[in-house]
Amino acid sequence: MAEYSAFSLLKNALAGNKDWKPAWRKPDPKASYDVIVIGGGGHGLSTAYYLAKEHGITNVAVLEKGWLGSGNVGRNTTAVRSNYLLPQNTRFYEHSMKLWENLSHDLNYNVMFSQRGCLNLAHTPAQLDDYARRGNAMRHLGVDAKLMNVDQIKRLVPALDVSASARFPVLGGLMQPRAGTARHDAVAWGYARGADRRGVDIIENCEVTGFLRDGGRITGVSTTRGEIRAKKVALAVAGSTGHVMQLAGISHMPIESHVLQAFVSESLKPVIDTVLTFGMGHFYISQSDKGGLVYGGDLDGYNSYAQRGSLPIVDEVMSEMLALFPGLARVRMLRSWGGLCDMTMDGSPIITTGPLPGMYLNCGWCYGGFKATPASGWCFAYNIAKDEPHEFNAPFTLDRFYRGLIIDDKGQGANPRLH
Amino acid sequence: MLITCPYCGPRDVIEFTYQGDGNRERPQPASQDLDAWNAYVYDRLNPAGDHNEIWQHSGGCRAHLRVVRNTITHEILSTAFARGGHKAEGRS
Repeated sequence: MAEYSAFSLLKNALAGNKDWKPAWRKPDPKASYDVIVIGGGGHGLSTAYYLAKEHGITNVAVLEKGWLGSGNVGRNTTAVRSNYLLPQNTRFYEHSMKLWENLSHDLNYNVMFSQRGCLNLAHTPAQLDDYARRGNAMRHLGVDAKLMNVDQIKRLVPALDVSASARFPVLGGLMQPRAGTARHDAVAWGYARGADRRGVDIIENCEVTGFLRDGGRITGVSTTRGEIRAKKVALAVAGSTGHVMQLAGISHMPIESHVLQAFVSESLKPVIDTVLTFGMGHFYISQSDKGGLVYGGDLDGYNSYAQRGSLPIVDEVMSEMLALFPGLARVRMLRSWGGLCDMTMDGSPIITTGPLPGMYLNCGWCYGGFKATPASGWCFAYNIAKDEPHEFNAPFTLDRFYRGLIIDDKGQGANPRLH
Repeated sequence: MLITCPYCGPRDVIEFTYQGDGNRERPQPASQDLDAWNAYVYDRLNPAGDHNEIWQHSGGCRAHLRVVRNTITHEILSTAFARGGHKAEGRS
């Protein structure tokens, strides 16, 4: 029987809610495991979950330097979408979307996945043409997409300024109706509980400080809680990839770590019931179930491991919001925070075996990692278990840059801060 | 964040454009060394700590600067003109 059900709710309510088990144990690390996953964020936890569920590999430890979900899985703006142009990305993110659509049932944990749609606004005829092209590319691969005109957009988002006198008048937009948002903490907790119940050890406050080697092969890690050996060591450390790879002796990567800020406003009554993106800058907004507007914009734009941003971006993001929604000028911002983004040279991720023997690498999520959480873990687990990539992650190699097989959805070139 | 331009003095970061890792060395244009070109175009040092990087004072005197900045604290440790350093060769 499912651990969380109407029956278990009732039973525990009658018992005074004293008998609930913690969603995951707090085990001490064992001396060795079949697989160590470094990084207890969304991707690391989903990797452990799918290793156990899909491949029967349960002698697994997830090592987290802080507390579970303290990194990007709790810092993102919760949007989930699969509206990419290039087929490598579309196939991967659409696989993720399909996993999202069944995730609450699969995990027996309500991740509050809400398919409220994602609308990219176009402000020039060329941009609208570009969106038509992207929409066609999506539909060609079986992903839902539809172009919307201004009247339809006005009905969908009445608060949006669609007048001709707007700073950047809206000409139309590309909608993915199956896109939406999810409760990001629940995703971390749901995967953690699912992995824990299958035998995975989730070890918090355990920072990796170095790698154990036998010749050239990685055979484990040294941590703040002692040495732990493993047949396979998998990295899912997102923004800290550069730092952790340097511990393994790899000084250069096709990655820069940048800080991305996010913001939430005071709670409002329902005003935006979709995910909306601005086409004349970089801005995206949705409304949480608590009523807060959740929004963000561009990277701060320089290498950073600080998890906090600076004021010029705050100013820019607010300006962009007001260009779309002049009526929100008096709404107060409640909180802002920053997260580390591992920006690759082509804006696409890396899920691969290597680069050292015994090591597996999952990184390069730029600022699109949250929506990828299910497929990232699913593909990474497949790759770790079978020692070969699934067709969905086969294009996301580390050597694709050298081989000229870059996957640059935005066509931006090797300038990570612009992806 | 304030960056001290050698010409203009301390200025707000919004006057500057970030040009990334200053440790890279551009091969000579005629070079056919694929490893060197790959390293120049795609590889980055990306340290958690002091970082040698290039900025341009694009909203001011337009000079290219070599800045050493800590990527954890954002403290700026030094600024100098980028020209002159051997790694600036071929960049101007």
